[in-house]
Amino acid sequence: MHFLLLFSRQGRLRLQKWFTPTPEREKKKIIRDMTAMVLARKPKTCNFLHWMDLKVVYKRYASLFFCLAIDDQENELLALEILHRYVELLDKYFGNVCELDIIFNFEKAYFILDEFLIGGEVQETSKQTVARCIERLSSLRNSCRRLRL
Amino acid sequence: MSPSVRLQEMIRVIRSARTQGEERGVIQRECAAIRAQFRQADNGGRSHNLAKLLYVHMLGYPAHFGQMECVRLIASPRYNEKRVGYLGAMMLLDENQDASLLITNSIKNDLAHSSQYVQSLALCTLACMGSAEMCRDLAPEIDRLLRASSSYIKKKATLCAVHIVRKVPELGELFTPAARALLAEKNHGVLHGAVILITELCERNAQTLVQFREAVPELVHIMRGLVTSGYSPEHTVAGISDPFLQVRILRLLRILGRNNDTASDAMNDLLAQVATNTDSSKTAGSAVLYETVLTVMDIKSESGLRVLAVNILGRFLLNNDRNIRYISMTSLQKIVSTDHNAVQRHRGTIVDCLKDQDASVKRRALELSLALVSAINIRSMMKELLLFLSTCPPELKSHAASVTVIPLRQAGADVRDETVPNLIQLITNASQLHCYTVHKLYRALVADISQQPLVQVACWCIGEYGDSLLQGDCEETEPIQVTEDDILDALETVLQSHMSSPATRGFALTATMKLSTRITENVDRIRSIVSIYGSCMDVELQQRAVEYNALFKKYDHMRAAVLEKMPVMDRSSMGQTNGESGGGGVQELEPTKPKQPEMMVAPQPASQVGGGEGGGGHGF
Repeated sequence: MHFLLLFSRQGRLRLQKWFTPTPEREKKKIIRDMTAMVLARKPKTCNFLHWMDLKVVYKRYASLFFCLAIDDQENELLALEILHRYVELLDKYFGNVCELDIIFNFEKAYFILDEFLIGGEVQETSKQTVARCIERLSSLRNSCRRLRL
Repeated sequence: MSPSVRLQEMIRVIRSARTQGEERGVIQRECAAIRAQFRQADNGGRSHNLAKLLYVHMLGYPAHFGQMECVRLIASPRYNEKRVGYLGAMMLLDENQDASLLITNSIKNDLAHSSQYVQSLALCTLACMGSAEMCRDLAPEIDRLLRASSSYIKKKATLCAVHIVRKVPELGELFTPAARALLAEKNHGVLHGAVILITELCERNAQTLVQFREAVPELVHIMRGLVTSGYSPEHTVAGISDPFLQVRILRLLRILGRNNDTASDAMNDLLAQVATNTDSSKTAGSAVLYETVLTVMDIKSESGLRVLAVNILGRFLLNNDRNIRYISMTSLQKIVSTDHNAVQRHRGTIVDCLKDQDASVKRRALELSLALVSAINIRSMMKELLLFLSTCPPELKSHAASVTVIPLRQAGADVRDETVPNLIQLITNASQLHCYTVHKLYRALVADISQQPLVQVACWCIGEYGDSLLQGDCEETEPIQVTEDDILDALETVLQSHMSSPATRGFALTATMKLSTRITENVDRIRSIVSIYGSCMDVELQQRAVEYNALFKKYDHMRAAVLEKMPVMDRSSMGQTNGESGGGGVQELEPTKPKQPEMMVAPQPASQVGGGEGGGGHGF
């Protein structure tokens, strides 16, 4: 995987995760290009695009577009499953997750992502295990805050 | 107010800004406050200040002054501060920033921390943005953690090792023993990571690849266990047991089985089992089947298995899900050259996909259809393709020009006699395609004049639509500067080439003649070409040349009318012509009644010239 982007229908970025080192200016350009390309897609088209030498898999969930750029070797259908899994994890944590949850709790969205993917690969294939980890980390965070640790 | 609310309060304020300018103002104030806070000593709100900065960064504003704060927070003993520090490092620092080296020591310490959650932060960050130097420094630590007792740490360490191998391939040797041992893991997370690590090691080192071929039976065993296992609440997705792991194992098997008969044999049965037993009604199952097909096609599999794989792709073409139709086509495209006959069996479905709603699917169907054209099916394929072209969306029109050239090139010289006139009829009837058809055919003609059917169709089109060619700009192809001389050069080359058959030269000569009414400057050149052939040894060519000469001299006033553009041909009349005299093109070869220029230039209205006895006959 090269990058994961979440953006709204108006093109505002809500989350960005880069799995390969990319200069800041190039990141901005990629975000602009991706947003433009994905937002221009008609509703009944397939979820795959080609951009440069990468395959881009995107899916819309409510008002957010989830966009994942993968290598030529990687499996697009599995990438769709990965996006779906991430959405399920967000949903489990926030309860009926919506875009505002991700806006106001963006750091938590990142923490959840970091329990699911590492270095551009899936680290845990069991949804329950990841959800349990996140819960544990959340309560750890709260207890640390209380104890000023 | 607890610090976290301050972060959310800031977000709320930023969002309520009504203009870009107002937002910029708010953010500048906040950044100034954050900067000031960073300069102060530890004030308990450090993590929240950094979090605010990270939010601002996501909106696109500069945040580099936060880099040192990340370094400081990572070194903090407080878990929450470490956590935000590491998050900041992953967002603001990459291997190109100098500050990234400063965190190497902190990461090293945290990798040995007593809390696995702290270890996990360090592992995650290293795997995300570790530079080659950091990787070299910390590789031994990671290798140690690969043998840790906690699955939680092992799975993260494994993926960290993957990152290290990608950055510094030589370190692969260090991880190979541990990777081999990890295959015995029962924990899916760790096993998944191990498979990825082994894949990376094998891709980068040929010796390691040979070594891991011995692991094929073990991988087959694991895979079989997954396929035959029942429902598991932990791992089942839409009826498939851990599709993520299955796909990764299949990918590894692909690499191990490539170019190796023994390994491929060992996995043959398993692949057949996966291919037949996997339920593809949902995406998860289709993902596994797709990976299976890719593996089967890439290794040295039995022919029966290959046919099974292609049939799966054929079935995918009929799937309701357009994603599945799309990837089926991309896969078929990859194998159409090696397994041409197997793909041909699905030609009907592929051609049907030309009518799909989805533009991506349509484009793939077009590429695939072009690849499937052969001498046998060229007529029906061309019909479908030209029909497609008349209704295709504008962004595909640039590909469309290849539609005329590629089938002809591919069908080669083997086409039946009536193919050429049939194709010409199809092109004539697709009037909006004339412009780029002639461009494309001209280019093909200039490149190669050995394929007679292609040359004949090209000459005919150039003769008919030469004016479009000269205009130069055609929205669907790149502009090309073609002068009248260029066109006449091309036609003359065809006329003079020993590769051209008599019929082809007939086409070329007539095309040259037609151009006399479509070009303005070089009419004299045409006149001279035509008169040269007045003494040609070939009777047919001589016949035509003499008649065309007459058109220039005695009947010059009628020349424009006679050589007008051909009308749209009626399909039924073409059919009759085929039945009566063996095809419009073949009629071409029958000698016209000798020495009767009046027949051709009889003062008839132009429409009758084309619509007379049938299709393209004497009109040529």
